Amino acid sequence: MTYEVVIGVEVHAQLRTASKMFCGCSTAFGAPPNSQTCPVCLGLPGSLPVINRTAVEMAVRAGLALNCRINTLNRFARKNYFYPDLPKGYQISQYDAPICEQGWVVITVGGTKKSIRIRRAHLEEDAGKTVHEVGSSGSVVDFNRAGTPLLEIVTEPDMRSADEVVAYLKTLRDILIYLEVCDGNMEQGSFRCEPNLSLRPLGTETFGTKVELKNINSFKYVKDAIEYEIKRQTKVLKEEGTVRQETRLWNLERGETVVMRSKEEAHDYRYFPDPDLVPLQLEKEWTEGIRATLPELPAAKVARFVHDYGLPEYDAMVLTASKGLAEYFERCVTLFGQPKTVSNWVMGELSRELNVAGIDASSSPLSPERLVELLRLVEQGAISLKMAREIFPELYKSGKTADQIVRERGLTQVSDEETIGTLINQVMADYPAQVAQFRQGKQQVLGFLIGQVMKASGGKANPGKVNELLKRKLTSSTQ
Amino acid sequence: MALHKLTLYELQRKFTAGEVSAAEIVHAYGLRIAQVEQKVRAFVTQTKDQAMAQAEALDRRLKQWRKTKPLMGMPLAIKDNICTEGVPTTCSSRMLQNFVPPYDATVVAKLRKQEYLLIGKTNLDEFAMGSSTEHSAFGPSRNPWNLQCVPGGSSGGSAAAVAADECVAALGSDTGGSIRQPAAFCGVVGLKPTYGRVSRYGLVAFASSLDQIGPITKDVRDAAWLLNVIAGHDPLDSTSADVPVPDYTKVLAKKHLKNVRVGVPREFFTEGLDADVERAVNDAIRELKNLGGEIKDIELPRTDAAVAVYYVLATAEASSNLARFDGVKFGLRAKETKDLLDLYMKTRQEGFGPEVKRRIMLGTYVLSAGYYDAYYGKAQAVRTLIRQDFETAFSEVDVIVTPATPTPAFKLGEKSDNPLQMYLSDIFTISVNLAGLPAIALPCGMSKTGLPIGMQVIGRPFEEETILQVAHAYEHTTQWHLKKPPIR
Repeated sequence: MTYEVVIGVEVHAQLRTASKMFCGCSTAFGAPPNSQTCPVCLGLPGSLPVINRTAVEMAVRAGLALNCRINTLNRFARKNYFYPDLPKGYQISQYDAPICEQGWVVITVGGTKKSIRIRRAHLEEDAGKTVHEVGSSGSVVDFNRAGTPLLEIVTEPDMRSADEVVAYLKTLRDILIYLEVCDGNMEQGSFRCEPNLSLRPLGTETFGTKVELKNINSFKYVKDAIEYEIKRQTKVLKEEGTVRQETRLWNLERGETVVMRSKEEAHDYRYFPDPDLVPLQLEKEWTEGIRATLPELPAAKVARFVHDYGLPEYDAMVLTASKGLAEYFERCVTLFGQPKTVSNWVMGELSRELNVAGIDASSSPLSPERLVELLRLVEQGAISLKMAREIFPELYKSGKTADQIVRERGLTQVSDEETIGTLINQVMADYPAQVAQFRQGKQQVLGFLIGQVMKASGGKANPGKVNELLKRKLTSSTQ
Repeated sequence: MALHKLTLYELQRKFTAGEVSAAEIVHAYGLRIAQVEQKVRAFVTQTKDQAMAQAEALDRRLKQWRKTKPLMGMPLAIKDNICTEGVPTTCSSRMLQNFVPPYDATVVAKLRKQEYLLIGKTNLDEFAMGSSTEHSAFGPSRNPWNLQCVPGGSSGGSAAAVAADECVAALGSDTGGSIRQPAAFCGVVGLKPTYGRVSRYGLVAFASSLDQIGPITKDVRDAAWLLNVIAGHDPLDSTSADVPVPDYTKVLAKKHLKNVRVGVPREFFTEGLDADVERAVNDAIRELKNLGGEIKDIELPRTDAAVAVYYVLATAEASSNLARFDGVKFGLRAKETKDLLDLYMKTRQEGFGPEVKRRIMLGTYVLSAGYYDAYYGKAQAVRTLIRQDFETAFSEVDVIVTPATPTPAFKLGEKSDNPLQMYLSDIFTISVNLAGLPAIALPCGMSKTGLPIGMQVIGRPFEEETILQVAHAYEHTTQWHLKKPPIR
């Protein structure tokens, strides 16, 4: 029997607020353990939560970008369970009134577009981190992360392959980064994904038993874990007939998923409205105001780059992969025009340097203005394209202008006919045999002669000019 | 007159006039506490020494520049479920026996700004769960009127301390009657403000949607004085209301009740009501009429459901609020545990008393999958109906007057084996919390057995002024509030 996989995904995106969801503590990553805590995020007796307005705003931004309905009435609920890194013995989350519902995202897999439905996105607070220290019998808890705002984004079971899941996650991550609501850092846990999948005989409608996957922190492992799980479930179905409903962890070392807890061990979270927080009423005007400030999203930007700049779709995709790179490109085009030329430089030389440095175009040491100066020198013929490429690394790093580097290296291209003419006369005198061959119709030697002129000029002669003048001289002298 | 017998208002006038120093006040209260505390056991923690040090510093400063504030130098007691920075806050529980909060509750911060003097933290039923202060891990407090009787609860320590003149006034908290019932049992005044009137930040939560901090005082004027300081919006408490705070002492000038319609719910005067209480409250209602009030019979038909609704909602919230006491971060941690689950179980077994455990189990049950709608959901719906009953009543009357409790103070041990009987002692106060209304309990008589009797005046949301005015007009023409317990 052939099986079809059905996959839904839960993503926990950490919102980029300066302070936590319900208190004023900093959300910065990597501070000394428990240095970013207060009575509220430690759950000290008597402390009370207060909703972070910016977190709500960011959730609305994300919801609007994901084409969701924004609920005007928001309620926060308590999700009750015991764990050492959960300070209050409950997590403040949203249950029956999430902030965003019923949206969709378009993904592209193998050139085909597909719409993935978003069921809901809700606000909640993160837990702390339990650390099991090697060589110690006990564990310790760091509450710095406790209370950090999260947006949990849940899809409908609309994906049918690991590749679709990865495409969805990449698209979602790009959108959240573009919106500046999440930094998308998977290793630091600011973008965590938990796929759930089931198999069913191809062509049937009923869903099979669902297994949830956790502990996956890169796109590669998403693909690996799902593909492993499809194989495992296929085997189980063929051999045993039924899959157990459970939560499984991706084990990186073993390259397989292992049981974390079964359905029987699942918690009864005893959700109920948090009496410490009054229902949050979002004014229609306020959410519409946020809509007006939404930036152009990646998909729209690709379409615009293709249409307005006449770029190939490939270029448009690469340039819009980061908001910073897209802005860099557009600034250059504003200054210089010639979109395709700019695209080549931004995708080529600039991106290479940025990748080496591991930084985004928005923090490039080379400004668009300075890059355009280089492009102008090439356009004016002052230097060759090859020279421009050669000096780019120095231009990128040094902070000098292109003009300055060209002058320092004495690279200015020689284009005046008199100087080039003198060099040509000299070469023609030095290589009479080749000159004669050309005049007898052997066109190939032209390249050799050009090369000699360039060499004589120390590479500075304008190759176009050399070509033009040499041809003229070779043909005119025969007459 | 001995300093400890003065009201807050009287003591403050003496202090402001420079007739008495802060140190003399603390000294007088220290003597009084030494005299009666052995019998009353109102306090969990006494802070006389810190109060004296503060008082002396205050006196030195006032010699340079005499500028006083309404509560400056006043020795107040605070219920031990309200956080005080640097001073243990135990909730009368083994769980928090050694817990010293690193922060002040908002109300305490407000008192501190006034340069009040904390004289001690008062006993309560563990985590405010109870009606007699017998459920304290540190032993029961006693009623100063009769040491064989309970002072009521859960703010029994605060009420007893005020009644026995061990402090000039106190703060309590009220979830189902925990300020008003002990105030009535001890013959003092207890005010539960409108839900949202006073910040809950720093009050260790029992049932968050019902809890409210309020004053327990020697008379109505003092309650108004104290409320003036503690009321108001707090950005740290999302449920605190951004409603302007009037000067509550202004209404005290009115000594009549002309144009005040007083509602009397007949449902409250039925079987189970003690004959002395019924007589005293009826006498009080006649007095209100003499003062010019218009007395009207009203109906609060859902009153009989209030206790049931309360014990579903309050326990549900409590089961979640008390989850943080897990032995991981603060408070008790059980020793010699073999794993995490064992740590949780032993810590909570050892840390909580039987009444707290009973309520956690009840609350966990009513929130469980499959039971939520039948219990929690239904109780919320009935809570709305109870609130509507009050809204309807308040379209015809300005205040509602009832007995504060069905009986005067009962004996220690009388109800401690029968939770249901104990729960019913809050039958007249609970619906007020469910509706979020302000209410005041004040003395209105004595039983044949020599115990105080209290009546309750309930008002519309944020109309504390009206109930204070009614209570003060009554108090002004009667002598009940001047009676002192026989303890010496």
